[in-house]
Amino acid sequence: MTLIQEVSSFTPQTTASAITGILWLIPALPIVASGCIALMKQSRRQAAATLSISSLCVSLLLSIAAFSHVLSGWLAGNAVRESLNFTWIRFGSSAVDLGWVLDPLSAVMLVMVSLVGLLIFIYSTGYMAHDENFTRFFCFLSLFAGAMLGVVISNSILLLFMCWELVGLTSYLLIGFWYHKPSAAAAAKKAFLTTRVGDIFFLLGIVWLFAQTGTLLFYNHGAGSLEPLSLASLLTQHAALGLSAAGAIGLLIFAGAAGKSGQLPLHVWLPDAMEGPTPVSALIHAATMVAAGVYLIARVYPLMQAGALTGGVTTSLTVVTWVGASTAVFAALIAVAQNDIKRILAYSTVSQLGYMMAGLGMGGVAVGIFHLITHAFFKALLFMGAGSVIHGCHEEQDIRHMGGLKSYMPLTFATYGIGMLALCGVPIFFSGFWSKDAILESAHGWSISHAPYYMLVFGAVLTAFYMTRQVSYVFFGQWRGHGHAHESPRVMTTPLAILAFFAVTLGAIGTPAWPWFRAFLDNRASEVDLHAFAEPAWLMLLLTSCIIVIVGIGLGWALYGNKSPDPDAPDTLQAAIPHVWVVLQNKFYVDELYGVTVIAFYAWWARVADWFDRRVWGGAVAAVTWLFGLFAQFNRFFDADIVDGTFDKGCEEISTSGGLLASIQSGAVQNYLRILALAVVALVLILFWSSRP
Amino acid sequence: MTVIFYLIAAITVAGGLAAVLLKNLVHCALAVTIAFGGIALLFLSLDAQFAGFVQILVYIGAVAILIVFAILLTRGSDVPKDGVFSPTWLTGVAIASAVFAVMGWAVINSVNAIPQLAAVPHVTVHDIGVALVGSYVLPLEILALLLTAATVGAVIVAMHEKGGSE
Amino acid sequence: MTPLGGYLLVAALMFAIGLAGALVRRNAIMVLIGIELMLNSANLNFIAFWRYGPHPEALTGMMFAIFSIAVAAAEAAVGLGLVIAIYRHTHTTELDKINRMKG
Repeated sequence: MTLIQEVSSFTPQTTASAITGILWLIPALPIVASGCIALMKQSRRQAAATLSISSLCVSLLLSIAAFSHVLSGWLAGNAVRESLNFTWIRFGSSAVDLGWVLDPLSAVMLVMVSLVGLLIFIYSTGYMAHDENFTRFFCFLSLFAGAMLGVVISNSILLLFMCWELVGLTSYLLIGFWYHKPSAAAAAKKAFLTTRVGDIFFLLGIVWLFAQTGTLLFYNHGAGSLEPLSLASLLTQHAALGLSAAGAIGLLIFAGAAGKSGQLPLHVWLPDAMEGPTPVSALIHAATMVAAGVYLIARVYPLMQAGALTGGVTTSLTVVTWVGASTAVFAALIAVAQNDIKRILAYSTVSQLGYMMAGLGMGGVAVGIFHLITHAFFKALLFMGAGSVIHGCHEEQDIRHMGGLKSYMPLTFATYGIGMLALCGVPIFFSGFWSKDAILESAHGWSISHAPYYMLVFGAVLTAFYMTRQVSYVFFGQWRGHGHAHESPRVMTTPLAILAFFAVTLGAIGTPAWPWFRAFLDNRASEVDLHAFAEPAWLMLLLTSCIIVIVGIGLGWALYGNKSPDPDAPDTLQAAIPHVWVVLQNKFYVDELYGVTVIAFYAWWARVADWFDRRVWGGAVAAVTWLFGLFAQFNRFFDADIVDGTFDKGCEEISTSGGLLASIQSGAVQNYLRILALAVVALVLILFWSSRP
Repeated sequence: MTVIFYLIAAITVAGGLAAVLLKNLVHCALAVTIAFGGIALLFLSLDAQFAGFVQILVYIGAVAILIVFAILLTRGSDVPKDGVFSPTWLTGVAIASAVFAVMGWAVINSVNAIPQLAAVPHVTVHDIGVALVGSYVLPLEILALLLTAATVGAVIVAMHEKGGSE
Repeated sequence: MTPLGGYLLVAALMFAIGLAGALVRRNAIMVLIGIELMLNSANLNFIAFWRYGPHPEALTGMMFAIFSIAVAAAEAAVGLGLVIAIYRHTHTTELDKINRMKG
């Protein structure tokens, strides 16, 4: 089976059709709904939920319409990649372009995000029914859904980044939903800051890409940054360490994806993000937001793959693979030693994201995205099931205080079981097997090294082990909690059932006998070929997976099985390997390491900046202010003493002289007459003198 | 410059001086009457017979009487204790002398340069009457108004105020 | 000294005397007498110039003098009436004491 996207034999279809013209409605409707809900009163819960769910419903219908359009194009032998671009800002000769694209990748992602999103929205109406901030929750949820859909359809890397940031913002708002809990507020801040670190590298990548290719658009009828012309120019540019510009940009973009998808150095925020409500964990931290990073790598895959040697290997893809494989094992190890039901699932998510990245790196877009799709469904199912369990156990989250729930919550148990088996990759019947199998297969055939293959196999064993541990703690044994456990209402269990259905059936689209998914994404024809099941290579892999599952589940059952351990007693495995257990339980002390290095440096830097700000800038401002004060004083002196004084003095003089003049009027009439007579004399003299010749 | 002229001039000047210098106001009034008479005689010597008789009629017949009435009505006949001349009489005299000096000097210097008619003008009352209602009719009418106003005004000003005053 | 000059000098002298009387005497009525003397001297001036000047048949000087006499009479009447009125208010005719219109 070919692993790399070859030149497609389909005819390209790039002109925008009607559905592409209204594609922007898909993210716009939930965002508008969010805006309306923000303006509503908190008491209008019914209206908020209805608005939210109906907007996403319409988005789902539009997504299905888009998907069927692409599907019909594929069936007719066309490689659909319709884009609609427009210029947002123009400055000089360059412009900031935005746009959206409809191709198989975005069509599939649209349907997945809106479907899973819709199911979780419906679930939330039940889960958050007793919360007083119901309307605010749906406002943020809608905003998130709109932003995520925006990421998926974006054809401009800038638009993608904008929606990316919006997704990060809503994640922050939703993790810190119960903001009065200090742990929740801290977790939200941690999530935001950690993903920010990744986003800085992403932004650098964007700027570099724009500077090199001169365009922000991915596909623009040959002028886009992911099209052969731009890729060729990027390959000729050399960055440092023997990397070409394409490789360097690819690594920068991967850094952004690593932050969002919780890959190894930046994974620390994901487990803490479980402070948010369970629907938030299901939607954002299982199915969609964390998948955005994987989607980003899939979207810029031509860039990552530019200049590939035989076997489709480039430096960026190698890095992606190693990081992904390491993350898979690392997180799986930690998950073994956790006791919070949601935290186990969180580390499981980190681990599976590592799988997806490894799949992208070694197997191409179809492999990684296939696992993303199946993982979205069964992880959302698991989280919502966990939510149902928490709800039924009266907000208890520690698995040591649960037990025996299979009799109290049968429907939840059944659906949770299906999800767990899918995650473990139990062969044939569960979708997780098919997608994980594809990844293992591509790892087996990787030309660089076989180490990732063994790491991923080990990770799969651990996955089966810790999931069995969790399920036996929660559903088997005796009830160890307080009060009475009860099943959740229908509005919560129905979405579970729908997701369980998909968790089973989705595998069918990716079997080797009918590799429809791969063909769809790669724009090639596919046919059903049952003989593929008989190939020895595939049978080898099937055997390996069976062994993995048996070993994992068997070990788990043997250690935990139907037993009901005392909550206060140490875990069975903990008693066996106490030192390893402590390291695992403390998450390999990564948070503590960051605390003494990064955060300590940051605090020191903040102090320096504060001193600088107060002394230097503040001093400068104070000096200017003092100068102004001086000037004002001088002004006041000038105005009051000189101007006013002069004026007052002048008026005084006039007044005095007026008084003096008035004293001439003595009232004695004869004096007036005397003066008159004198004046006559003077006049006559003057007349006489002036008329003298 | 006949003797008659000097005589009449002397009487006039004497009357004027007496009018200004005498202490008793009534004597002053009588002296100024003599001065009026002297002026009238001077008019007659200047062949202005009508003017002379009008002078006698109006000035001596009316104004002088008025003055006497005013003196009597204001108890002017009593001689004041502080004297009749103001304390600064020297300044007034000096100014008056200056005026006379200037005017006299002007007359002396210029009178020989202007032509002077020797013939006696023949003016009859008839001519005066014709002129009054002919070319001088406007001043005549205004004068009539003025006299009316003056009469009425004088009466009002000098009238006893009815009901309560000092 | 022409006849005209003689009359003019007499008129000037009478004027000066009248002015002196108006300036020096304390009594208000004396001031009015002085004013009458001044007016008379002015009339004399007019008649002298009429007699010895050109065109005596135009009667200009004569008319002026007649009108002047009439106006002087009116003015004397009003002035003396004022003096009487002031005497009623202030019981004095001394000008030094009537100085309320001062600055």
